[in-house]
Amino acid sequence: MFCFSERSRARPAQGLPSVLCESDRFLHGLLHSWRRAKTQSGLCSASLLFEAASTSVFQRTLRTVYIGHKEPPPGAEAYILQRYPDNRIVSSKYTLWNFIPKNLFEQFRRIANFYFLLIFLVQLIIDTPTSPVTSGLPLFFVITVTAIKQGYEDWLRHKADCSINECPVDVIQQGAVVRTESHKLRVGDIVMVREDDTFPCDLILLSSSRDDGTCYVTTASLDGESSHKTYYAVPDTMAFVTEQEVDSLHATIECEQPQPDLYKFVGRINIYKEQEEPIARPLGAENLLLRGATLKNTEHIYGVAIYTGMDTKMALNYQSKSQKRSAVEKSMNAFLIVYLCMLIGKALINTVLKYSWQWSSDHDEPWYNQRTEIDRERHVVIRAFTDFLAFMVLFNYIIPVSMYVTVEMQKFLGSYFIAWDTDMYDEDLGQGAQVNTSDLNEELGQVEYVFTDKTGTLTENCMEFIECCVDGHIYIPHAICNGQILSADHEDLFFRALCLCHTVQVKEEETVDGIKMGLHQGKPTSFYISSSPDEVALVEGMKRYLLWLNFLCVSFRFELLHVLNFDSVRRRMSVIVRSSAGENLLFCKGADSSILPRVVSGKVEQVRARVEQNAVEGLRTLCVAYRSLSPADYEEACHRLSAAKLALQDRDQRLMQAYDFIERDFTLLGATAVEDRLQEKAADTIESLHKAGMKVWVLTGDKMETAVATCYASKLFRRSTQILELTKKRTEEQSLHEVLFDLSRTVLRERSVLGLSVDCQDYGLIIDGATLSAVLKPGPESSGSGNYREIFLEICRNCSAVLCCRMAPLQKAQIVKLIKASKEHPITLAIGDGANDVSMILEAHVGIGIMGKEGRQAARNSDYAIPKFKHLKKMLLVHGHFYYIRIAELVQYFFYKNVCFIFPQFLYQFYCGFSQQPLYDTAYLTLYNISFTSLPILIYSLIEKHVSVETLKRDPSLYRDVAKNSLLCWPVFLYWTCLGLFDACIFFFGAYFLFDNTTFTSNGQMFGNWTFGTLIFTVLVFTVTLKLALDTHLWTWINHFVIWGSLLFYVIFSLLWGGIIWPFLNYQRMYYVFMQMLSSGPAWLGIILLITLSLLPDVVKKVLCRTMCPTATERAQVGPLPDRI
Amino acid sequence: MMASSYNAKEEDGHVAVPVGGTIKNKKPDNTAFKQQRLPAWQPILTAGTVLPAFFVIGLIFIPIGIGLYVTSNNIREFEIDYTGTDIDDPCFNCSQSFSWNNTRPCTCALDFSLDHPFESNVFMYYGLSNFYQNHRRYVKSRDDSQLNGDINSLKNPSKECEPYARNEKAPIAPCGAIANSMFNDTLDLYYVHPNGTRIQIPLSKKDIAWWTDKHVKFRNPGNNPNLTAAFQGTSKPINWRRPVYELDTDEENNGFINEDFIVWMRTAALPTFRKLYRIIQKKNNMTPTLPRGNYTLEVSYNYPVRSFEGRKRVILSTISWMGGKNPFLGIAYITVGSVCFFLGVVLLIIHHKYGSRNNSADIPN
Repeated sequence: MFCFSERSRARPAQGLPSVLCESDRFLHGLLHSWRRAKTQSGLCSASLLFEAASTSVFQRTLRTVYIGHKEPPPGAEAYILQRYPDNRIVSSKYTLWNFIPKNLFEQFRRIANFYFLLIFLVQLIIDTPTSPVTSGLPLFFVITVTAIKQGYEDWLRHKADCSINECPVDVIQQGAVVRTESHKLRVGDIVMVREDDTFPCDLILLSSSRDDGTCYVTTASLDGESSHKTYYAVPDTMAFVTEQEVDSLHATIECEQPQPDLYKFVGRINIYKEQEEPIARPLGAENLLLRGATLKNTEHIYGVAIYTGMDTKMALNYQSKSQKRSAVEKSMNAFLIVYLCMLIGKALINTVLKYSWQWSSDHDEPWYNQRTEIDRERHVVIRAFTDFLAFMVLFNYIIPVSMYVTVEMQKFLGSYFIAWDTDMYDEDLGQGAQVNTSDLNEELGQVEYVFTDKTGTLTENCMEFIECCVDGHIYIPHAICNGQILSADHEDLFFRALCLCHTVQVKEEETVDGIKMGLHQGKPTSFYISSSPDEVALVEGMKRYLLWLNFLCVSFRFELLHVLNFDSVRRRMSVIVRSSAGENLLFCKGADSSILPRVVSGKVEQVRARVEQNAVEGLRTLCVAYRSLSPADYEEACHRLSAAKLALQDRDQRLMQAYDFIERDFTLLGATAVEDRLQEKAADTIESLHKAGMKVWVLTGDKMETAVATCYASKLFRRSTQILELTKKRTEEQSLHEVLFDLSRTVLRERSVLGLSVDCQDYGLIIDGATLSAVLKPGPESSGSGNYREIFLEICRNCSAVLCCRMAPLQKAQIVKLIKASKEHPITLAIGDGANDVSMILEAHVGIGIMGKEGRQAARNSDYAIPKFKHLKKMLLVHGHFYYIRIAELVQYFFYKNVCFIFPQFLYQFYCGFSQQPLYDTAYLTLYNISFTSLPILIYSLIEKHVSVETLKRDPSLYRDVAKNSLLCWPVFLYWTCLGLFDACIFFFGAYFLFDNTTFTSNGQMFGNWTFGTLIFTVLVFTVTLKLALDTHLWTWINHFVIWGSLLFYVIFSLLWGGIIWPFLNYQRMYYVFMQMLSSGPAWLGIILLITLSLLPDVVKKVLCRTMCPTATERAQVGPLPDRI
Repeated sequence: MMASSYNAKEEDGHVAVPVGGTIKNKKPDNTAFKQQRLPAWQPILTAGTVLPAFFVIGLIFIPIGIGLYVTSNNIREFEIDYTGTDIDDPCFNCSQSFSWNNTRPCTCALDFSLDHPFESNVFMYYGLSNFYQNHRRYVKSRDDSQLNGDINSLKNPSKECEPYARNEKAPIAPCGAIANSMFNDTLDLYYVHPNGTRIQIPLSKKDIAWWTDKHVKFRNPGNNPNLTAAFQGTSKPINWRRPVYELDTDEENNGFINEDFIVWMRTAALPTFRKLYRIIQKKNNMTPTLPRGNYTLEVSYNYPVRSFEGRKRVILSTISWMGGKNPFLGIAYITVGSVCFFLGVVLLIIHHKYGSRNNSADIPN
């Protein structure tokens, strides 16, 4: 037996170079012959043609880097001069010079801004009813605010760029280290990087201070994985350890053009030596040090820059995700179109009426009101068009310029509440929720489908080794060993396999941020680090187990020859080792589905039974198998592997084929079981989501039995749930067609019997990846079987929970897409923690990442990132709900208040001869939206809580009240618009009858049109603000401050505006108008009456609705539900 | 790294830099604001809270409405149309023979009688109908700086005044359509004593314009007491018979600060409007300002309205604290008050019915 204290010597990291050595020798020969053929090809015209073709392809798809800018020796290779950008990182969008034009251009590309610009320009050109200031100032304000925000962000980026570009870098020039600035680096420079420094550009590792030519790197800033990864130098350059030596290196690197994939790199290094044939070595991602990663545990390394500046993989990854738009935004745009139509309609009606009214010249030009000569000479069509534009200008405020700013501010500021929430803070991680985009806040309140990953999301992804099973014998660590003797050959091999077949590293001394695996065994701190927690659990379990069994410390040495990496498609990994006895062995571990079909001998049935039993208990199982390789087999394997590794094109595909070829004819050794505990409160969260009317789908790559067990544990399936299976097993018995129809019949029959009460029986569907792809496969054109998709969707719609197991990452995205595209267009949410969830996170309407153990890729690509699955509950039920009602009110209220604002102007046109006379003064027109009524709604939309957080959490069904965009549906929109129109009529006609041919001052003096407008405006401002006050359920001091404050501000402003003869104005029409109005008793009475009257219908509607058919939310507001007491 | 379950297709070009909102490794502050736990008042509009409000509103509004209605009804108002559209109308001739070039004003007299005495101060208005003082072209056709006594604007009227800015190169003072169309009928009121003598009723033209207008907004140009000199070089508005500095003999009521002018310059809100013309001050407490009896209104008919089918009226009205006769406010108050009261009752019934039903429905839960 072997001992774990010896493990560090046998670890794969040190064994790997030999793998490379081995394969490289092979490779060398291969390349050599190819190159020779190439140099001789000049003689043969056919090969010449071939070469010409291939070089042109190379130039397009490859770049050649001359290390140290040394040209290759003549004859070896043509010197192809390529120009690359320098190492300057430019993340900023603007420079000082182009900021104003570029920013303005960007801003006016937005349709709304462009519309307002157009209105402003029209105002400048035509004889407008309202001064250009009225639309110019708000537009200017909006543009300035946005520009300042963007400018500030860009300034920050500039500063960051600067500090990055100017950070010092050591470059080898003429055999000496020269310190220069980062942005001066060029492709081909040899760079020295010291420990804990970040790499200044993408480098190919030439040599390191470690003798084995490896170095450790953490890519935490790139993908969030804080584990140390090993990178390898090319063996031929590994020996260059001093500056002089490195500088003497004469080589070129051919590699692909930069591409953003962090984990993919294909290249080749050609090393020229005097009097020797050039040596070619393959380069892969394990040789490429990425900009942004940090060197660890290694004193220094030398590397050659191959991608610089904006070509680096980090920079290429800066590009932003495709924009997701929320449902609210879509309804907002729909409303805007309605209002635009209303606007054009109003302008048209008025223009037509104006010209029919003006038919008689008495109306058009009475003696007291003549046109100017110029005006009179204009053609009537031009005049009509100008009039139309003038009406547009007069009514344009109905589309509020400030709405976009307010919505954006609401989203931006509102998202801070998510980040600030201590309930979503995780002590262990030291992180709270993270908001990557604030555009989707309200979408959190609209989710209908939740797609969740299992491992790491529902479960902890904190693995614990539970048991292993060798040939049907079960070994449990810490359990009393009932005389089990570990002597069988298979057992020996089994434990060897587990100890060797992994990629775990031993980490000493240092503490690692992310994964801490304490190993307290003499040495106080040393950890196993791996990007896969299963492996750590296995290795640790092995260690505990074997220690407990108290084996003698016998050390075995294995030479690691090849590692056949894990990938999620193959679902297994293998190692090829050579034992001290010289025997070549291939150990493989992986999912049972991928191992068992390749097994030719071993106690398959026993192991399978145990695996299945474990899976039912919710354990993660892995099967372990081995294959003894004869020297011939080994040669064959080596050949295939190196051929694939050397390939410049389709390397992955070729590797896959090679792996497929090698990993076969296994002898089954046994299986392991690792427990992945459920996350804290996962069941509670799922239950709440169900109660909130969401359908929860679990999409996992795990096997069905494990997944089902987890689903039961997490209450996704309850005991009462009727499980429908749509799995490969079933489709093997019946045809897919029949199964599908069977299931849909079951589901539909139930529903038709029970009528609308769907809740009575809930169904759970289980589908596996293979069946899913069969369902989704576009069927043959023949009718009947063609539309499985629809039937499948129909079944899914009637299931409260769906479990999809054995899913490939892309299938997860497919499922999300399928549901997204179904005819109700439900809002989907995807939550996951691993790289395999990224595609579905990006696909779903809302993507939530869990800051889990499998790196930060999911968190980075998500819209929101939360530390734990349980936080989803608060995120959706509380934050989502709040944000939705807030923004819904914001949108509706904005339209409402602008209808109230503009409709009286429209009515006034009927009384002023359709002359586009504005009802309100310029200052009021300008400030209405940007100062009199803007703050209360903004504050409301930030802090409104119509029910308490506790109630929302306690009663998830309240979420149903806001589902399906219910506060922004057309009837509600119509109600608000009608309310606006009603209020506008009250304002206008109230004032009209008050003014009708009489006086209402006690001194008999008369008021003019500006007093008329001011009276309406006063009523308007008060009504609109008080309407919001009525809607406010949460009156904090801030609400009091802004609501009463803006009313006070209006009064003070009006007093001031009318109190002085303003020297810069060319009219003084508002002079003392407001004060005179306030000096009249009936004006006060009128204002009070009109305000009361306008608010009355809304209050009555609210009270009636609440009394006659209260929603769940309204019941919850009054008090806790009776059955909850 | 090797075992990272990574699928190449997922990553391409989809990596973004997190923007904003992140505070790394830092626990968010546990403040009331950040945790959305600010102390707050949480009112809810339920039938229970709204009901009393409705009754209170009803109880307040109805008395106010009744008060307003009674006040409005107590106001004496008398209106007489003197446009002269009918052949029988005294002013028919004047309205027919109107021409701007008439140097001699056409006068006509209308007889009327008041059935009730007007006890307090009586306000005499002229009213115009179908006159669009609120037409945009009209409203803006003025120059407030000129009216405020700005010398520059006096000589160079704003282009808003076009086409009433200049008369043959000479700047018009006051410029603009509003000034140009100033109402220029003269109205005199006579009491026909039962014994047949006509007593002219003294009409006061003080305080018919806003105090602020007369004293701040409108000012004669320069500090020259001699208005003729101050308006040197300007032309009178085309339709005026006299230049602006001859509007009145009283220095305090001449030029731009002539109250009739100021009243006219305040453009009316609606096409049918009235403007204060004169005030008949109450002499003493013993006699009514206008006792019942017969009166004669003498009009010097200068202002044409027939061309645009307008009407001219004279209104005599007393004023209460709430202004002139306008039953609207009172009726509206009564209506709204009653509606509130009625709604209160309806809500009470509904509340009673549904409240108990809800309660009973909730119990089995």
